[in-house]
Amino acid sequence: MSHSPDTDAQGGSEATLGSYSVGFILAIILTAIPFAVVGFGLLPRPEALITVGVTAVIQILVHLYFFLHLDVSREHLANTMTGVFTALIMAVLVGGTIWLFYSLNYRTMMGGG
Amino acid sequence: MLGRLSLQAIPYDNVIIMSAVALMAITGAVVVGATTYYGQWGYLYREWLTSVDHTKIGIMYIILAFVFLLRGFVDAAMMRAQQATAGPGQSGYLSSEHFAELFTGHGTMMILFVAMPLIIGMINLAVPPQIGARDVAFPFLNSVSLWLTYAGGMLIMVSMALGQFGTAGWTGYTPFSEQAFTPSTGVDYWIWAIQISGIGTTLTGVNFLVTILRERAPGMTLMRMPIFTWSALITMVLVVLAFPALTVALGMLSLDRFFDFHFFTGDMGGNQMMYINMFWIWGHPEVYIVILPAFGVFSEVTATFCNKRLFGYKTMVYALAVIAFMSFGVWVHHFFTMGQDALRNSIFAIATMIIGIPTGVKIYNWMATMFRARIEFKQPMLWTLGFILLFTIGGMTGVMLAIPGIDYKAHNSEFLVAHFHNVLIPGTIFGMFAGYTYWFPKAFGFRLDEKWGRHAFWGWSIGFTVAFMPLYVLGAMGMPRRMASYSNPEWTPLLWVAALGAVIVMYGIVCQIIQLISSIRNRHRLADLTGDPWGGRTLEWAMSSPPAEYNFPVIPRVHGIDAFMDMKENGTAYQRPAEYGDIHMPQNTAAGLILGIAAFVFGFGLIWYIWWLAILAGLVMMGAVIWRSCTDDVEFTIPADEVKHIEDERFRKIALASQQTDVIDSESRGRVNIDGEPLSPG
Amino acid sequence: MATTDAAAHDGIRAEASQGTVVNFGFWLYLMSDVIIFSMLFVAFVNLSTNYAQGPTGQELFELPLVFIETMALLISSLTYGLVMICLRQGNTKWVQGWLLITFLLGVGFVGLELYEFLHLAFEGYGPQRSAFLSSFFTLVGTHGTHVTFGLIWILVMVGQVAYKGLTPAVASRLTRLSLFWHFLDIVWIAVFSTVYLGGMYR
Repeated sequence: MSHSPDTDAQGGSEATLGSYSVGFILAIILTAIPFAVVGFGLLPRPEALITVGVTAVIQILVHLYFFLHLDVSREHLANTMTGVFTALIMAVLVGGTIWLFYSLNYRTMMGGG
Repeated sequence: MLGRLSLQAIPYDNVIIMSAVALMAITGAVVVGATTYYGQWGYLYREWLTSVDHTKIGIMYIILAFVFLLRGFVDAAMMRAQQATAGPGQSGYLSSEHFAELFTGHGTMMILFVAMPLIIGMINLAVPPQIGARDVAFPFLNSVSLWLTYAGGMLIMVSMALGQFGTAGWTGYTPFSEQAFTPSTGVDYWIWAIQISGIGTTLTGVNFLVTILRERAPGMTLMRMPIFTWSALITMVLVVLAFPALTVALGMLSLDRFFDFHFFTGDMGGNQMMYINMFWIWGHPEVYIVILPAFGVFSEVTATFCNKRLFGYKTMVYALAVIAFMSFGVWVHHFFTMGQDALRNSIFAIATMIIGIPTGVKIYNWMATMFRARIEFKQPMLWTLGFILLFTIGGMTGVMLAIPGIDYKAHNSEFLVAHFHNVLIPGTIFGMFAGYTYWFPKAFGFRLDEKWGRHAFWGWSIGFTVAFMPLYVLGAMGMPRRMASYSNPEWTPLLWVAALGAVIVMYGIVCQIIQLISSIRNRHRLADLTGDPWGGRTLEWAMSSPPAEYNFPVIPRVHGIDAFMDMKENGTAYQRPAEYGDIHMPQNTAAGLILGIAAFVFGFGLIWYIWWLAILAGLVMMGAVIWRSCTDDVEFTIPADEVKHIEDERFRKIALASQQTDVIDSESRGRVNIDGEPLSPG
Repeated sequence: MATTDAAAHDGIRAEASQGTVVNFGFWLYLMSDVIIFSMLFVAFVNLSTNYAQGPTGQELFELPLVFIETMALLISSLTYGLVMICLRQGNTKWVQGWLLITFLLGVGFVGLELYEFLHLAFEGYGPQRSAFLSSFFTLVGTHGTHVTFGLIWILVMVGQVAYKGLTPAVASRLTRLSLFWHFLDIVWIAVFSTVYLGGMYR
């Protein structure tokens, strides 16, 4: 053990400049696409919204993998599993609420206003 | 300078409130006076207020819970008295405003300052030793959680003397809880009391998740954990994922109230149903947060007092997990009548009914464990049996309410009130009393008196039945909940019966107070010298009672479920290790206490619009966190010699106990045993 | 000699595993933060068309500004990655250097957001104007508050690195700050996609 602190053992990062750079470049691209599509009006509404959604999801995954180092290796498995479980619960709560209020707003006209 | 706080905030004209305030002041003065007279401030500060020890923190949680249990019960009794005397032609003795404060305060206190501190206290007492750990993963964070909970509790106490408490119900439904309808301090007290304590609870959730997942003794795989630890683990998953929803709902409500935002207001596009949705996204998992640890206690108690391995360990674990997961998908059943379509209601109704299945599995498992066992009818087992009988009724009325058609008729009626008390009292409260009587000797080194315990049990069980069964009938007769007065003469007799039930419950509570005093006086006769008063099966009984600061001088190695029972059977339970090593333990710190006090001041400043005070307290909190985060050396060492000294004393007591075994056997076992078939082992 | 080595090794392992435990705890706290943000998003999505005769997102948002904010935060994620790389190399000076650069980028982000908020408020489109604006200010503002706390934390860590050097405890804290900082960037992806880009089509 030398003086340089072993961040691997601390569940930190086996980060290298390479992996950070790849992640960064991917993130730039995935940010530029939706901004361009929306800013310059390149696509009609539904396609544009789909592009925004898809690039956002991919970019989140890119960040999780390249910056937060979530994977299924032994030292990151617990973080990944709890993350996946949280995402599942989040999907139930967010999806459930939006689905519920779609019906409520439609039937009571509380939305809009 | 003092915001909207002035002398007018004190309700001089209300005799009832002022006498309660006087009682509170006298009690406080007696406690302070006694502490000063006996010169115990230093001891209190060093050993308790700044402690990071999980046993002491657990005890302090439970003390808070019992104080609020008394307050909550007095509120309940006052409501029963009011409804019994507020029929047609009568007016009762309370104003409707005061009555609204009572039902708001009762619900808030019972859920957040009785049920929550009780379960967190029990988990603090039992979980670290059950997994063979010396303390929780983050002892300092544990102290922060405790003092944040106290800060919330103290805000409720202060609300009695200054200003008033909320009148919007413990759920604080919008838009009534908005500034436009309730401009007084009441709702603000309610918001900040549960906001501050709720953040403490979230931190507890993180703490125990890490403790249970990362600090288990070698050999204790997940599927060898005691069921109570399993229930704690799953409860804490719910805490971490559900409490933030409450934080957000309350945060938005306070933005509405303070800064004229429009999340839940009736105008400017606000949507009051969003609050109700978000509140129950927390609120439904919260129901399981307060019941699952009780299920865990019942499992431990049943196995111990039947002297058998728990029937269906794995199905118990899966049932807990399924209940917890499902609990995130049923919140809409709290507002079937909101206005969504039948498809949504049906899906959430079916999900709700499905939860009954794993709950039923657990009931059958407990019954199967008892089947042909030699049951010892000690207090914890009595509470468990009472639970199984009464809780089943509450569960069935719950399935009834899960049917939207019935819910449209019965929601917001006394039927609903009867239902949720029928699950919360036999479930949570009986479970925590079982845990209290079960782990009391572990925490203090002596058992609780059996006779007064049995009286308390019968007082609570009969009182509960007499108080709440009439409410089912009243609900079916169409009586809405939260009525300060009413005009239907047919309701009055049943409300008198319910009030009688409250009196019988009071008998149970008085017996519990007598039990505690009498047990302290007879502590030598009731002493637990071995650390294993019940013939326990899990590792907490392998420690001395009360446990040494470090719990285990040598971390035990686990080979199966019921680790301590294995050790006793293999004859390794009381073996002395060849030598002891130094033990590192976390140092006490005042930072948690300081944070708690600052959080209280912060909340108080916001409630009364004393902005400079709130900002100052916020800065103190931030400073304390930064100071603590820069501290590296937070441990101290107990030298091996001292460990040996403490352990020598422990083994001396065990030797003493084995001389007295005959006496204890004839005294405590022979009399209360009921012999079953001699087929069961043990 | 062999025993002391083994003991020393055990000590280091205990230290390292203690770090892992704390990091896991911090990760779980972040999971609770995920729920906080998802509730804020739920409220925003549900209220995002409740304009109360006030302005819509399309009328208010300036995409170029948002794009610059996004870039500032994204680049700060990269520079924080460089902090971690220099930490592994034990390069105290550059750990501090990249921390300060990350700090400046974060300040830029918060500054632009404050500009946007004040600009809207002075035009009369503050959070009191409509439910849509209430939820917009709260969602974006909560993220901004998180970033602000992250900035304070960065300063504290700069101080700790200066006084204590790269001790295991300091390194472990820097690891958690890294989790926090990258987490905030992820939340921002959801914010700019849902609030700003999605807002152009409501």
